Amino acid sequence: MVKKLAKVSQKECVACGCCMKVCPRKAISIPRGVYAVIDPKLCVGCGMCAKTCPADVISMISREAEA
Amino acid sequence: MKKKTHWYDWLWIASGLYLILGFVNILFAWLGLICFITPLLISVIRGNKAYCNKYCGRGQLFSLLGEKLHLSRNKPIPAWIRSKWFRYGFLTFFMIMFFNMLYVTWLVFAGSSSLQETVTLLWTFRLPWQWAYTDGMVTPWAAQFAFGFYSVMLTSTALGILTMAMFKPRSWCVYCPMGTMTQLICKAKNRGEG
Ligand code: SF4
Ligand code: SF4
Ligand code: SF4
Repeated sequence: MVKKLAKVSQKECVACGCCMKVCPRKAISIPRGVYAVIDPKLCVGCGMCAKTCPADVISMISREAEA
Repeated sequence: MKKKTHWYDWLWIASGLYLILGFVNILFAWLGLICFITPLLISVIRGNKAYCNKYCGRGQLFSLLGEKLHLSRNKPIPAWIRSKWFRYGFLTFFMIMFFNMLYVTWLVFAGSSSLQETVTLLWTFRLPWQWAYTDGMVTPWAAQFAFGFYSVMLTSTALGILTMAMFKPRSWCVYCPMGTMTQLICKAKNRGEG
């Protein structure tokens, strides 16, 4: 059971795409060049994106909190 | 899990080569226009930041230095660097300095100023660079532009390396004027779309 989920603070995201490049599940896209969007169905909560994000705007939240 | 490598994952080589070529012959600096025009065209036409997200070799270079060579402290970036006023402020400052560079080029073109064979680092320090140019290779203004443009590229690389080492590898991308500008274009283009 996956407990964690990555969440982007869209207001502060600079749309650089570093998170997109490291995500092993291809769960991240930046469809309009403004902020990153995470697909909760694909995210496995590994935290790679949060670790790489140069702006530090991704936080790992618990799935329960999301639901 | 091994990730698939795309052709564009090698563009860091081009970015590295660009910096080296500027030491050999300053006229190669003109090629840097590609890194200005491509991201702008992509954001204006497609309304996305595919340049940053996929192709930018400079971003890849910082990743490489920081991650593969472990040159980065990997610390969180101070919040003020990612704040809007700093990012937009830096973009404004960068543009002013860019137009100033174009003005200097124009002065040489108009004949009211002579060619300065120097590269200016951080808009302040003039480095002698005459070895990379032989008088008369091209018309003086074209050489002046090359010196000026290379100054812009070297300065942003220096800042990028500094923040790569201090914070996360691609910290430069947080305040990169090109990245900020293309994000603004995307914002304007996609306004009103959910
Ligand atoms: S790495 Fe961070 S700043 Fe860059 S696109 Fe992803 S969430 Fe946004
Ligand atoms: S936590 Fe892992 S799987 Fe989820 S979006 Fe980030 S990198 Fe991808
Ligand atoms: S923000 Fe600047 S350095 Fe980073 S990927 Fe975009 S253009 Fe390249």
